[in-house]
Amino acid sequence: MGLGVESVFGDSVVTTKLDTAVNWARSYSMWPMVFGTACCGIEFMSVAAAKYDLSRFGAEVVRFSPRQADLMIVAGTISFKQAPVLKKIYDQMCEPKWVISMGACACSGGFYDNYTTVQGIDEIIPVDEYIAGCPPRPEAVLDAIMRIQKKSEDESIIKERAKNFKGYLDA
Amino acid sequence: MLKPDMIVNPSELKSTIKNLKDKESFTLLLDITAIDYLKFPVKQPTRFALVYILRDASFKKSVTIKTYVDDATLSVPSLTDIYFAADWAERETFDQYGIKFEGHPNLKRVLNHHQFEGHPLRKDYNITDRQICTETEGLMDEMPKLLTSKGYTQQEQDDMMYLNIGPSHPASHGTIRNFLALEGETIKACVTEIGYLHRGFEKSCETHTYSQIIPYTDRLNYCSAILNNIGYCKTIEEMLDIQITDRAQFIRVIIGELSRIIDHIVCNAANMVDLGGLTNFWFIFSARDKAYDLLSKLTGARLTNSYTRVGGLEYDLYDGFAQDLEDVLKAVEQGTVDALSLVEHNRIFHDRTQDVGVITKEFAISAGITGVNLRAAGVNYDIRKTNPYYHYDSFDFDVVLGSHGDVYDRIMCKFEEMRQSIRIIRQAMKNLPDGEVNVYAPDVLLPAKKDVYGNIEGLMNQFKLTFEGIKVPQGEYYSATEAGNGELGFYVVSDGSGTPYKVKCRPPCFYALGAYSKIVEGGMIADAVVTMASMNFIAGEFDR
Repeated sequence: MGLGVESVFGDSVVTTKLDTAVNWARSYSMWPMVFGTACCGIEFMSVAAAKYDLSRFGAEVVRFSPRQADLMIVAGTISFKQAPVLKKIYDQMCEPKWVISMGACACSGGFYDNYTTVQGIDEIIPVDEYIAGCPPRPEAVLDAIMRIQKKSEDESIIKERAKNFKGYLDA
Repeated sequence: MLKPDMIVNPSELKSTIKNLKDKESFTLLLDITAIDYLKFPVKQPTRFALVYILRDASFKKSVTIKTYVDDATLSVPSLTDIYFAADWAERETFDQYGIKFEGHPNLKRVLNHHQFEGHPLRKDYNITDRQICTETEGLMDEMPKLLTSKGYTQQEQDDMMYLNIGPSHPASHGTIRNFLALEGETIKACVTEIGYLHRGFEKSCETHTYSQIIPYTDRLNYCSAILNNIGYCKTIEEMLDIQITDRAQFIRVIIGELSRIIDHIVCNAANMVDLGGLTNFWFIFSARDKAYDLLSKLTGARLTNSYTRVGGLEYDLYDGFAQDLEDVLKAVEQGTVDALSLVEHNRIFHDRTQDVGVITKEFAISAGITGVNLRAAGVNYDIRKTNPYYHYDSFDFDVVLGSHGDVYDRIMCKFEEMRQSIRIIRQAMKNLPDGEVNVYAPDVLLPAKKDVYGNIEGLMNQFKLTFEGIKVPQGEYYSATEAGNGELGFYVVSDGSGTPYKVKCRPPCFYALGAYSKIVEGGMIADAVVTMASMNFIAGEFDR
């Protein structure tokens, strides 16, 4: 058992910065809240399934409760009717939280340039990473998760994230 | 000219349809829609016309009935007392066009938000007029009415627990909201609200050429995109009076049936996850991933393939396709056997699924339910048998029927249909004819690239088809295919230009979902979840 480091360090004390330790733990235990509404949600099922295996990145604990999640993956079209629901769920997630916008619809409305579709979820909630594609291949989703991991490693735990964001549903 | 089968006066509408139902047994109301003739090049008697599409008890004949709505009143009698399916169909027509149905018990919006102003499918509504919504629907206008009609007193209603499942809930498989009134864990009343994924498919069709619409059809039922491509292209080809080549027909059958298999895999896998069995999901999903590898090799995309074209297909099969396909089919067979070995004789599985979520034959027909959900109730209706297209009559396969219409029947029918699809694919691969996959029709199909770059006719042809689109003869037409969820119909109105004047999609699970609340009432919450999963609701399809 163990990673092999115990043979070098024994049971001695290792010192590091708190930021580094916490971020290291965070980045390898992302708990995604999948806001899957459409086609991208089906592709996310593939990401989680055996072949692409999201659990290699420590992000397989998919929660559908915002209180238990720190990574929101918006997978699918967001209509104006859905927008307040998305906003509410994002607000219910505890800090720190990251958002991935998966697929053309979530990023920009996709080819649904019409009366019902929100032209990108960044009009409502802040977004950290965008994934292109309609829907993106599972590899692209994994890539975005790795980018989020990288991002979370570089941050300080004392700083609040995305506090200056104001979407049109914010009063 | 392509015309509806009957034109009646609004005053005679109800009696005509009642007669058709009683005397000529047109028992299935497929769809209701309206046409706004505001910008139509040929002058029509009134601005709005309503179209009713019915199918008879033998399922072989369908009839389209058109009536011109009086401009002053914009109202017609409601058919909700004749067909259960008319409930949501009329609400949708009211929502999109603002036509009132007199006598409808609950005429309110169904796809758009209640704060939405105007009617989006009217020709004078600008497609990009977006309206921001801030409130969620309380549904307290429907629930007390429903409970009172069931005989609950005010005191009893106050004692009930009200619970929302959805619009974002893992058990709702998409964005469906169910508002439940509970006594303990028993559902006493259920109200379903949809529209959270309404993406304006029909309005978008009116601003795109016929070929540009094909990618939009992919995103209706994204679990079996190619079946939607086929349904749409078949409609347009029939309007153009084009007979596609035998090879294209066979390839459409092969790839279409493969899509049906994938569709059923997703439904059954998700259903069994809802029952607590994750292992089944891994077993049958690995076969699905193999199928996606094959589809991406063939079409360039995994999920949204846009594989068919009006007049044929985008690509011919690649070298080594037959071997890849056989590997996929073997994996599906193995996955099915493995998954079934876990549940087939499992007492818990039987208790959770048998006699749960029962749909009776009569109710299914009245509600307009088609496809596996209908066949699981024991009704022998499969368009591939009743109105065969693409040589389906020459393939040897069985229509899979259930007996009780419960969740168990629906799951098992889907497994058996996967086997039947494999049978069809193997026969089609054996008899696959040689030849072209596209018909020779320069006014429909894009020219070869060597012509585009090599001569002026080819170049002009490419430009004309890209900018102006395929010119479909003026008129209106309904055609249907057997999609993953049932009868997928397209009612297309053409004004003779390269852009459809109107496209109405008849989504099979819109009607199944309309009936859902009646099916789960009286059952438990946990049963409602598995019932929902077994009926295969796809948000892109019912919301469009």
